[in-house]
Amino acid sequence: MKVRVSVQLKPGILDPQGKAVEQGLHGFGFEVEHVRIGRLIEMEVPGSDATEVKTRAQAMCDKLLVNPVMEKASIEVL
Amino acid sequence: MRVAVPVFPGSNCDHDALHACGTVMGWDTIPVWHQETRLPGNTELVFVPGGFSYGDYLRCGAIAALAPIMADVKRHADQGGLVLGVCNGFQILCEAQMLPGALLRNESLRFIHADVHLRVERADLPFTRAMRAGEVFQVPIAHAEGNFTLDPGDLADLESRGGVAFRYCSPGGEIGETHVPNGAMNGIAGIVNLRGNVLGMMPHPERAVDPKLGPTGGLGVFRSLAEAFSRA
Repeated sequence: MKVRVSVQLKPGILDPQGKAVEQGLHGFGFEVEHVRIGRLIEMEVPGSDATEVKTRAQAMCDKLLVNPVMEKASIEVL
Repeated sequence: MRVAVPVFPGSNCDHDALHACGTVMGWDTIPVWHQETRLPGNTELVFVPGGFSYGDYLRCGAIAALAPIMADVKRHADQGGLVLGVCNGFQILCEAQMLPGALLRNESLRFIHADVHLRVERADLPFTRAMRAGEVFQVPIAHAEGNFTLDPGDLADLESRGGVAFRYCSPGGEIGETHVPNGAMNGIAGIVNLRGNVLGMMPHPERAVDPKLGPTGGLGVFRSLAEAFSRA
């Protein structure tokens, strides 16, 4: 099954990249605030049970995909 | 004294580590390829060098932390062996959960290379015992991700247990935001684990040890290690 893991910096963690992009958007005249930049990971995970696949994706986040000091993830089974 | 220097694809300070430990200090220093599963016998210090292991993919140090040799580095540390991680080596030790925290992108978003001053916060460690608490020494930094970050609660724990080994400071030893080059919380440049045998730092003491190449502000760390080993 296709799994999409969205990794975001936790609230409160400084995101200088987001800040720079926000300033860039302001430069074009866009009204925008709280720009945060994250990472999107897509993968194919064998199995047909969405709950079970999600559990395995969570384990992948815990082991490697996410650093809990600074990031949090949301998992979507498509 | 035997030193092992794990080498990952993308390590680029491994030769600085080999030069400092081997040529300058005269220690038996052995590079160890990341695919190895065992450190050389009788390794006393593991020096995890700087660089861009695995191209900094995913997060700095995240992939190197999973390399086969790292399991034996953990075993070495669990048995009380010394581990020094510098720059990317520090990032690897954090990702391997051998040290708390994470190194985020510098506040300025820029790669910074500069000489900085560090204040010794702990002079009772194998890495600092030849220095005095409060002593200031000058070493270079060269990194884009050195912004040390930790949850507020864990940061308070780290501070209260004396986990901070080095802090960025002015040449006179004053602490303050203006002396922190990268945004690191509490001006933290280097930390040590609870047991005191695993130290990670962003600045490069191994690049400031050879008078033929320039200033030698980093020698205190190596003299400390020499002292620690002569007493062992």
